[in-house]
Amino acid sequence: MVDLIKRAKELIETSVVKVLIGYEQGTANKTRALFVEKADDADRLIFDSRCVQNLAAYVTKKEVKEKGKMAIAATLPVMRSIIQLASEFQVNDNNLLVLGITPESKLIEFANLVEVETFVHKYEIEIDARNKEMLDKLEKMTQAERWKFWMDELSPCFKCYACRAACPMCYCSRCTVDFNQPQWIPVPSHELGNLEWHIMRAIHLTGRCIDCDACYNACPLSIPINLLTKKMLADAKEHFGAYQPSLKGDHLMSTYKPDDKENFIQ
Amino acid sequence: MNIDKRLVRKDSLEKLFDILKQNSKTIYAPFSKNGKTSFMDAKSFAGISTGHIQTSESSKDIAFPRAEKILDYSKNKEGMSVKGIDFADIPEVVLWGVRPCDAIGIGELSSIFNWDYKDEIYNNRLSKVTVFGFSCNKSDEYCFCTSVGGNPGNTAGSDILFTRMGEDGDYLAEIITEKGLTVVSLAQNLFEKSETLEREKFLAEVPVRFNHEEIRKKLDKFFESKEWIEESLRCLGCGACAYVCPTCACFDIQDEAHGKKGSRVRCWDSCGFSHFTVHTSGHNPRGVQSARWRQRIMHKFSYMPERLSVYGCTGCGRCSRACPVDMNILEHLISIQEVTV
Amino acid sequence: MMDNLYMPYLMRIDRITYEAPGVKTFMLKFVNEADQEKFSYKAGQFGEYSVYGVGESTFCIASPPTRKGYIECTFRQTGKVTNALSDCEEGSIIGFRGPYGNVFPIEEWKGKNLLFIAGGIALPPMRCVIWNALDLRDNFKDVTIIYGARTVKDLVYKDELKDWELRKDVKLVTTVDPDGESPDWKGEIGFVPTIVEKIAPSSKGTIAIVCGPPVMIKYTFPVLAKLGFTDESIYTTLENRMKCGFGKCGRCNVGKVYVCKDGPVFTLAQLKELPDEY
Repeated sequence: MVDLIKRAKELIETSVVKVLIGYEQGTANKTRALFVEKADDADRLIFDSRCVQNLAAYVTKKEVKEKGKMAIAATLPVMRSIIQLASEFQVNDNNLLVLGITPESKLIEFANLVEVETFVHKYEIEIDARNKEMLDKLEKMTQAERWKFWMDELSPCFKCYACRAACPMCYCSRCTVDFNQPQWIPVPSHELGNLEWHIMRAIHLTGRCIDCDACYNACPLSIPINLLTKKMLADAKEHFGAYQPSLKGDHLMSTYKPDDKENFIQ
Repeated sequence: MNIDKRLVRKDSLEKLFDILKQNSKTIYAPFSKNGKTSFMDAKSFAGISTGHIQTSESSKDIAFPRAEKILDYSKNKEGMSVKGIDFADIPEVVLWGVRPCDAIGIGELSSIFNWDYKDEIYNNRLSKVTVFGFSCNKSDEYCFCTSVGGNPGNTAGSDILFTRMGEDGDYLAEIITEKGLTVVSLAQNLFEKSETLEREKFLAEVPVRFNHEEIRKKLDKFFESKEWIEESLRCLGCGACAYVCPTCACFDIQDEAHGKKGSRVRCWDSCGFSHFTVHTSGHNPRGVQSARWRQRIMHKFSYMPERLSVYGCTGCGRCSRACPVDMNILEHLISIQEVTV
Repeated sequence: MMDNLYMPYLMRIDRITYEAPGVKTFMLKFVNEADQEKFSYKAGQFGEYSVYGVGESTFCIASPPTRKGYIECTFRQTGKVTNALSDCEEGSIIGFRGPYGNVFPIEEWKGKNLLFIAGGIALPPMRCVIWNALDLRDNFKDVTIIYGARTVKDLVYKDELKDWELRKDVKLVTTVDPDGESPDWKGEIGFVPTIVEKIAPSSKGTIAIVCGPPVMIKYTFPVLAKLGFTDESIYTTLENRMKCGFGKCGRCNVGKVYVCKDGPVFTLAQLKELPDEY
């Protein structure tokens, strides 16, 4: 990542950006986010296969955004998140510069988000084989079996909301679970509270989730909650066509088309 | 009481488990699933995890459940009837396989629930728990019990502490409390007398990484430090650290209505959440994540020692293992120790 | 069954008074007489009021301990619980647990002048101590009350304000923010700190008790300092968010200090020792 370090230094030194978000070596064998604000700190930047945290979660964080224009070292999932965030007016060319890291670990500096979008669209969002297999397995279960599967998986959830915190698309300053008038979702982590929270989360992410697995990776109990969003991704594809984040903002789940195959709205 | 040391042969553990079951004890023990180890209601001895360094969650759930009823109400013609929980309904539980850093955490949790006002719901739950501690024979880089006054073979908080003597060896059982003695009396012959019971060489080595008294003194003048802002920039404000912690006790109180009946529920909450301290007016005294991260450290290493005379950290390292963004409490404490204020 | 800290007293709403838009006062009586007999509190303390099935909300006891047989609370409809409380009718049963927190040291104020300064919905915490003092009127010298609200409509305890106005042993000054006056308004017009400066009560042998929105408090303290009040002679209450009321739920602490146990009453001198986290 010599290129990245060099470019990061230039960007900071010339004040093109105030902060660059990348990865550094963390504790134990973890990697973690690094916020480069001084050129010297850029030497700590790293990139390798362990760098899977979706850094796009930081571009909407108040304390980071307040620093001024940001640059981000963005892998493909991060770039996808950024395009989706841009389509929801959370970032734009004025506050974010994208230094792309291609799946081949090559650095590309994009002039603007349109270029990022063009790059992103070269790759389809595809559910990996292991999870596809798991979804097939779930599909083949009887309703009762599936219910038991989810009850077993979701019962340990203690609602720490690490899944929400790690997700770039969960940037709402007041999440549905934080509303209490009415109390849409029960606050305590019991069967009903957990189930409703995770279903609500998956539904809010459908047509926005870029399938980065940040939620699953963040879960301290390794609950496979990403299966819910993956299932929604697969279903949405079947009904409305493949999902790609797009600057045009034609959101998969909230765009009306006259030729929509569902006729309830016509 | 004097700690009585006994030998428990490795194949006697299962017998002990069965005897406890026959005496209608509920046993919570660690089991592994999805690569994580958690305490679960153990129906049989088979499958109880022994190889883990630390369970993903602490065992505090047993005395301080993540969600528990504190009262039931029902509206009727005469008005309202409200019933507290019946302590007799709380089952007798054996907590099996607790690490010393969890066992000592029970004392710290108890201090929170008993300074001034005594929380009898918590106290009653705890009074029904017998703690079987299991010493640590291995550790990892997240462990720092020895920096906060603990150690891998610490007896504090356990009723009986088992130490495995060698990889596939028998167990040394230290019977620490009356509660422990009561259990032993159920299975007297499994706790054998023996002359040669040594434990130190089987315990994990956990180096001392910082001096907690020094940290406490530093924190007295550290509230305004810029470190909090720098260290917490990557914190995303979830509650994973608090919920896996053996001593975090923040909670919320919520009502759950079902028609004319319902319950009031006490459930876990976390000082890391952005809405935790928001006033009704919208004003938030801890409006930024750095203030919330500071609260977490200050509470454990400054406020609790000052007000409750105990530290709020057992050095189990769980929060750092669980953190999705590598907020490592040990790393930060060491850096606080190194800073000159 | 042993004591359950979380178990509220059952209270019957005996009377509801409409105070201002969204603001009501409940007179509450204990459903069980035995509870009434063992219950006692002092001025400044607070409690958790609950609507069963909705939840609990924290506010002060607004009636003075010198009036026996009932307690009163005044609240503004703002959140889930206060909305539900507002929907309650006379005769409804609600929950109350408390009293919690420390108290205004009224005994220590014997022989002194008392200056009460309140803004908006912060009169209720002060009403308790005002009436407490007025019920023991001979213990104190001059009693001055400066009370302001955004508009005339927002003034609470309108009947009591009239009473205080008529009393010879109380000096009452009411004020509303500029443009908050009605055509027949006879009180002052201006923000509370400005009015305090204008009235300029003597600080000699005087205790000032200040309750109000943070911005009012922030600008009133320097005015009092200018008038010669020492930090030890100025009292206020903090109202941090709480759930339990007894030092366990982890919300209300300001540094080492727990508002629910060490507060809610603080002197300015004590506040100055605290980090800025309230």
